[in-house]
Amino acid sequence: MFSFIARRLLVAVPTLLILIVISFVLMFAAPGGPFNSERPLPPQVLANIEQRYGLDQPYWKQMVDYVWAVVTRFDFGPSFQYRDRSVNDIIAQGFPVTLTYGFWSAVVAVVVGVSIGIIAAIRQNTWADYTAVGFSIGAQALPNFVMAPILVIIFTLWLGWLPGGGWRGGQIEYVIMPVIALSTSYMASLARITRSSMLEVLNSNFIRTARAKGLPMRRVVLRHALKPALLPVISYLGPAFVGMITGSVVVDVAFSTGGIGQFFVNSAFNRDYAVIMGITILFGMLTISFNLIVDILYAWIDPKIRY
Amino acid sequence: MSKHANPDADILQEIQLTSEVRGRSLWQNAVSRFFRNKAAVAGLVVLIFVCLFALFGGLIAQYEPDYVDFSLMGANSYMGTPSLENGHYFGVDYDGRDLFARTVMGTRISLLVGIVGALVAVIVGTLYGATAGYIGGKTDGIMMRTVDILMSIPFMFVLILMLVIFGRSMFMLFLGIGLISWLDMSRIARGQTLSIKNKEFVEAAIATGVRPLTIIVRHIVPNLLGIVIVYSTLLVPQMIIFESFISYLGLGIQEPNTSLGALINQGSEQLNNGTMWMLGYPLAFFLITLFAFFFVGDGLRDALDPKDR
Repeated sequence: MFSFIARRLLVAVPTLLILIVISFVLMFAAPGGPFNSERPLPPQVLANIEQRYGLDQPYWKQMVDYVWAVVTRFDFGPSFQYRDRSVNDIIAQGFPVTLTYGFWSAVVAVVVGVSIGIIAAIRQNTWADYTAVGFSIGAQALPNFVMAPILVIIFTLWLGWLPGGGWRGGQIEYVIMPVIALSTSYMASLARITRSSMLEVLNSNFIRTARAKGLPMRRVVLRHALKPALLPVISYLGPAFVGMITGSVVVDVAFSTGGIGQFFVNSAFNRDYAVIMGITILFGMLTISFNLIVDILYAWIDPKIRY
Repeated sequence: MSKHANPDADILQEIQLTSEVRGRSLWQNAVSRFFRNKAAVAGLVVLIFVCLFALFGGLIAQYEPDYVDFSLMGANSYMGTPSLENGHYFGVDYDGRDLFARTVMGTRISLLVGIVGALVAVIVGTLYGATAGYIGGKTDGIMMRTVDILMSIPFMFVLILMLVIFGRSMFMLFLGIGLISWLDMSRIARGQTLSIKNKEFVEAAIATGVRPLTIIVRHIVPNLLGIVIVYSTLLVPQMIIFESFISYLGLGIQEPNTSLGALINQGSEQLNNGTMWMLGYPLAFFLITLFAFFFVGDGLRDALDPKDR
């Protein structure tokens, strides 16, 4: 097991380095520096500013310093746009928000999606199954930026139940719509994957044996079928996580929740490279560590994997 | 059956005349399987209509997509409702531009993005995957590990970084979409290549001294076509979603051009204004197009790849 994790880490670390190098190369390739504006600054001022941000150093030194600061101090450096805040401040401000609704979205997507999939598989070819399949096909075409305005129309404009945006420290009525918008399409995919893998497992010999022994269906499903049926679900969690992290940007913009995504998009308009790069690398780190966890989880559950 | 050098040619011809038995190729089988699938055929019909709308809708539109009607600017919530009389079939957006013409344009650009992305995926992904699978060994390991690494990077952010640095242009958007669209395809193509590279016809080609590159292009790739067609049909809607995502954030297609994602964004920003049509029409076309592609893709999968159900 340890050598398996070590080997996985051996892939994860270069991936992160590649991401950092790509970001840096893109930044160095940018025409003009981050402080070249319409109204050119006096050269002396520009030189001073660039020295302040370490931009007068050779490229490789900037990159090494950056990586070093991130690895040792988890420090993403100063923002180029907000004089009074560092990238860390921005992350500290936005990340708890993103984490809150992101966590609940993941929980809702997995719990509801897997449950729908299991019920659909057990009641194959009944109305419950058809409803579940219809939902999972329909929700494919409802990515988060489509869900968001539809939810606002229904729950804010027509019913008037929920506020159309904002956060207010994460009160429940402000969290509901972001969670629904972010989780629906993944819930649908998880339901579809669970259903098909559950059907496959339920038709296998060891399930027939368990049923023949006289075990009740409930026990067969929960004790025997669930674990093998969840394997494809677990391997889908990695891409789903990437999708949710990406989708959080849309949720932040659509509902003005003040999460990281909103800073990301604002920085994209302000050409604040430092913030964009910091957030990209932070999300890259999250993605890679999550994929690592999923891999380990998979290896732990699947008895067929030898490490 | 027709050109047999057979002594009993007369009898054979008689049989042929009385009972017209024609061989059916695998492709013909697939076509008939596809057309028996009602959802897929309906999807295809809808898709044809969407394409016609995107191509020729501009001829029906009474206004240019970037023509600003100053008398309606900012007054669209009560004067710019959809109506047949003044020629604004889908109403007018906040800046007084004809939404019908803009929806036509948005549909056209979204379809274009989807198709270009899928095309890059087909060409690059198929060749990459087929090469990796055919050569095998260390090369395969390195090539596919590269794909793994690229896939675990959150590419949306890197693409946005690119768009910020090099300016938001259509070209950058196409480049960015092309850069990631081929990853999945290369995995699929590799898997399929592994399963056919030990077949007799490949051995025969090797035995007769065909060069590896020619084998890949002439013998492997044509046998991947079925699965490649299926996945590229399913890739088009993914690319449309991808582009719309970026355009929704305002970082993709720039004014005066537009795409369905950008229109959905403008529509949802104006929801408070009561101009529901600004969201409704682009959203309807977006959903219809995606569903049509999904159904056609599923139908193609059932038709061309019967084992995977």
